[in-house]
Amino acid sequence: MKNKLVFFLVLVSFPGVSQDLLDELEKKAEPETVYTTATFKGTRLVNGQSIETKGRGALEFIFAHRFGRLNSGAYELFGLDQAYVRLGLEYGITDRLGAGIGRNSEDKTMDAYVRYKFLRQHSGESSMPVTVTAFGMAAVKTSPRKEDVTFDIQFEDRLSYTGQLLIARKMNSALSLQLMPTIVHKNTVDPTIEKNDQVAVGIGGRVKLTRSVALTTEYYHRVGVPTGNPYFNPLGFGVDIETGGHVFQLVLTNTRGLTERAYLTETSGDFFNGDIHFGFNITRTFQLKKK
Amino acid sequence: MVAFLFPLLLSAQRFITEQSTVIFFSEATIENITAQNVKAKGLYDVSSGEIAFSIPIRDFVFEKALMQEHFNEKYMETEKFPKATFQGKVSGYAHGTAALQTVHALGKLTIHGVTRDVDIIGTIETEGGKLLMKSKFAVVLADYAVPRPQILWQNIAEQVEVSISFTFKPYEK
Repeated sequence: MKNKLVFFLVLVSFPGVSQDLLDELEKKAEPETVYTTATFKGTRLVNGQSIETKGRGALEFIFAHRFGRLNSGAYELFGLDQAYVRLGLEYGITDRLGAGIGRNSEDKTMDAYVRYKFLRQHSGESSMPVTVTAFGMAAVKTSPRKEDVTFDIQFEDRLSYTGQLLIARKMNSALSLQLMPTIVHKNTVDPTIEKNDQVAVGIGGRVKLTRSVALTTEYYHRVGVPTGNPYFNPLGFGVDIETGGHVFQLVLTNTRGLTERAYLTETSGDFFNGDIHFGFNITRTFQLKKK
Repeated sequence: MVAFLFPLLLSAQRFITEQSTVIFFSEATIENITAQNVKAKGLYDVSSGEIAFSIPIRDFVFEKALMQEHFNEKYMETEKFPKATFQGKVSGYAHGTAALQTVHALGKLTIHGVTRDVDIIGTIETEGGKLLMKSKFAVVLADYAVPRPQILWQNIAEQVEVSISFTFKPYEK
């Protein structure tokens, strides 16, 4: 009887002494919400925007280049003799709100935009399948100059606006997908070929190959385009290479436009006819304000 | 009889973290890198000497947002390995002595999915029924298959210095 009691006591005391403390610690952990980060490497997917915002206090300098067409032949060094440039700056006001400005040599366009990440993909205690960023841009096309044209051209005629919802999901650490319903409003258009309000739906994604290299693609399908419109849907492929504070994005695309108006409504190249522009986006991030 | 009951009583002598700070520091020519984490949790059984820590990697806060992203995304692969853990035994600690004691924690440290046997030297002191545990040790990145980051063209140090500071309070299940 006494032996049985002793045995019982040993048994009871056993879990208290040798139970795996780490397991117990993990069991005790309160459920927490895990926010998805780094859905894409850059704020640009190929030509267009991604859901990413810069962190608070971070300033990004974006230097983008699109060369001429590959099929322009050896005389033009396969497009390298021409270059369309956009210089841009984007600042993270908060982790979710960003603002930027830029100038694109194509049509000498100045642009200014804001983006706000109002839904963040997360899992855990609560969950949200996607990240959603709203993007709004105003742009002014400063070319041609008033004195260079015979018709009357007002400041308002030069303006265009873009509104976008960027919806993305990081499926896993290698694959991210994005959907981009977009509207572009151009104040003044040639009504025989286009409308003032133009709608496009974009899809894009990236596949991460290594921890520093990813492949990207992006395609915008314009909706309700009038017959007689000479432009094409923009399509692009890219390679993202990241080194420290730099991201190099090498791209092949059928557009030379680097603002939303230009690449969404005025893409003149037919990708499948070889009207392909080589180009790059180089970004450098500076942390202006420490966390 | 008493001898058998004794473990029962002792098993109640458990402590749980009330506050924790884990800092890692890496010295480099161009820029020193440091990050702080206050979300680590620990359990310490004074009677058996057993101790366990769990450190959520994504809660390391850097001064630069981009650096934090790279830390998680490129080096620690946080989605795959969300936690660093330690599990082992503390030796050289006599409970009930208030003075600062130097102790060893012998056990398994898991970082980036790689587990290694380590012997970490630290101190424990008692303050109003609470235990204050501190340690500073080096982690060699290659030991845990963490690639060595570069800043511009320069590699950061092969090892980073980790400082931990935990305040434990008595814990009843």
